[in-house]
Amino acid sequence: MDDFLVIDHVSKTFGTQRAVDDVSLTVAQGEAFSLLGPSGCGKTTLLRMIAGFERPDRGRILVGGQDITALPPELRPVNTVFQNYALFPHLSVWENVAFGLRMSRRPREEIRSGVDRMLELVRLSEHARKRPAQLSGGQRQRVAIARALVNRPQVLLLDEPLAALDLKLRQHMLMELNTLHEQVGTTFIYVTHDQGEAMSLSDRIAVMNVGKVEQVDTPENLYETPRSSFVASFIGDANFFTGVAVELQHEGYVRVQVEGLGSPLVLSHGTVVPNQTLRLMVRPEKISLTLSRPPSGERVNAFRGVVEDMAYFGSHTRYRIRAGEHSILAQLQRSRFSGGGIDPARGAEVWMSFHPDEGRVVRLEGDA
Amino acid sequence: MSTRLRPARQWLITLPSLAWLGVFFVIPAVLVILTAFRPADLQGGVGPGWTLATLKEVQDPAYLPILWRTFWLSGATTLICLALALPVAFQMAHSGERMRQVLLLLVVIPFLSNFLIRVFAWKSLLHPEGPLTKLLIALHLIPENAVLLNHAGTVLLVLVYTQLPFAILPLYAAAEKFDFGLLDAARDLGAGPLSAFSKVFVPGVRRGILSAAVMVFVCCLGQYVIPQMVGGTGDEMLGSKIAQRVFSDRNLPHASALAGGLMLAVLLPMLVVVLWQQFGRKEAE
Repeated sequence: MDDFLVIDHVSKTFGTQRAVDDVSLTVAQGEAFSLLGPSGCGKTTLLRMIAGFERPDRGRILVGGQDITALPPELRPVNTVFQNYALFPHLSVWENVAFGLRMSRRPREEIRSGVDRMLELVRLSEHARKRPAQLSGGQRQRVAIARALVNRPQVLLLDEPLAALDLKLRQHMLMELNTLHEQVGTTFIYVTHDQGEAMSLSDRIAVMNVGKVEQVDTPENLYETPRSSFVASFIGDANFFTGVAVELQHEGYVRVQVEGLGSPLVLSHGTVVPNQTLRLMVRPEKISLTLSRPPSGERVNAFRGVVEDMAYFGSHTRYRIRAGEHSILAQLQRSRFSGGGIDPARGAEVWMSFHPDEGRVVRLEGDA
Repeated sequence: MSTRLRPARQWLITLPSLAWLGVFFVIPAVLVILTAFRPADLQGGVGPGWTLATLKEVQDPAYLPILWRTFWLSGATTLICLALALPVAFQMAHSGERMRQVLLLLVVIPFLSNFLIRVFAWKSLLHPEGPLTKLLIALHLIPENAVLLNHAGTVLLVLVYTQLPFAILPLYAAAEKFDFGLLDAARDLGAGPLSAFSKVFVPGVRRGILSAAVMVFVCCLGQYVIPQMVGGTGDEMLGSKIAQRVFSDRNLPHASALAGGLMLAVLLPMLVVVLWQQFGRKEAE
């Protein structure tokens, strides 16, 4: 079933602010899906509407074909892992996990076995009698996940699940969440502002900005073929140039005249008309740096610049290169053993080049 | 650890408050208890020597119904106050900043007028010729000859009225620290609004409930003005008897024995509460 969770033209306004603006999404059963965006983009409001804490002003939300828009949270086949975990401080770990089953008045034996099995799954059996306050951050989070999953929700919502953890633990929990998702096979919906988290946790990501969905795609497609400059800059780093289409070629290639950079050839996914103003995007690591002019050809975009600044990151080095009024970010993988590496100093003159397939036409900000 | 004071300095800092407690609480309390063991003299003072006669006197079975009434009125007042104050505290803590200030002001406004005047206001309000009685009769809510004043129910009503702020304030202090996100979590896990309130909010503010209960219960135990002013002749509480022994009978040892007994009846439950809280804190660590 490809449309297990359906968000159908949902809008929500707080006062004068449109928190969620006519959003439509579908999520498949068992999918790991992320709502990604900066704070205030509406992702949390959308999550709270799926959970039932907010009612949409317009639109419908369906789970497994059932319209749940009007249902209160307690009647929805959906459970949430809250950002601060919201564990009940007066109950033990075991009782926290049992809470949902007790509320649905399951038989005592079923509660016992269900809670025990779930605590085993998140490896907290030996902490069952402790209070949440006695646990570490990572353990608390696993309690929160167990407390939600024990109810066998059709959709599990996770609100910034890793935000409260330190870096080391975050990387560890990232793997653990992926493993858990594979084990239980439930539909997971993550809300996060961290693109790295979203990329490594999800099958697909909806990138949101000011209440709207900018693009829904796989992590790879979002990175390689972002459709808007917002998506391009939110997911990874990007260089942007504005120019005018001067020559349309076959298979979507278009030559764009950019003030101060000549006329690079790039790839466009939409229709482009001559003399149209376009925005180009090139990822820093797609730009090659050479000391001399690269062999020229139809398929090479090359320009000259001066190294303005550089920063060493261990696995790679970043350069800020000035070319006319453009300031371009380039990134070199650095390995002592890779041959042919160059090491330009500040003030050095270098050539930048990229293949036409690595340059993309993206939507201008504010374009529909 | 640099902020931790040396024991000697700690003592020095707590000395003023300890001295205050000693002079105005411990010494008078000890004096009251000691007086219970002195013989009464006919002038309303205390005679020479020591005696256990007063202790035998106060074991008069005539006190039993009064003691029972004192405890059930105090207990009922405590329960009613908690039942009323819990939703109020919940709503106050849940409101926005402005609304919260307004509600808080409304709760403390009664304190701006004198306690006696407020009890007297109830007396005239509930008087057979009073506005409330007339209104209720006009609306046919109570029979023509109904008497609202001078029975145990009136005492309970006015006790609840006077004690309610003392229940609301500690509960509000606890509710303000309560994480309302926990209610979302409860709803998310299948609890209806009422279950979420009783299973998560109420346990979440249990310390506040305890403080409020002790506060209200203890204040009620010693009441004598309210039963005297709005109660009937059969609605005396222990406080009324103590006042009577002091002001009418001029029998200080007898009054002291009653007061001392009441004091122990108050202190012992509080001691239990304190110990229980200490235990709870250790458990949470």
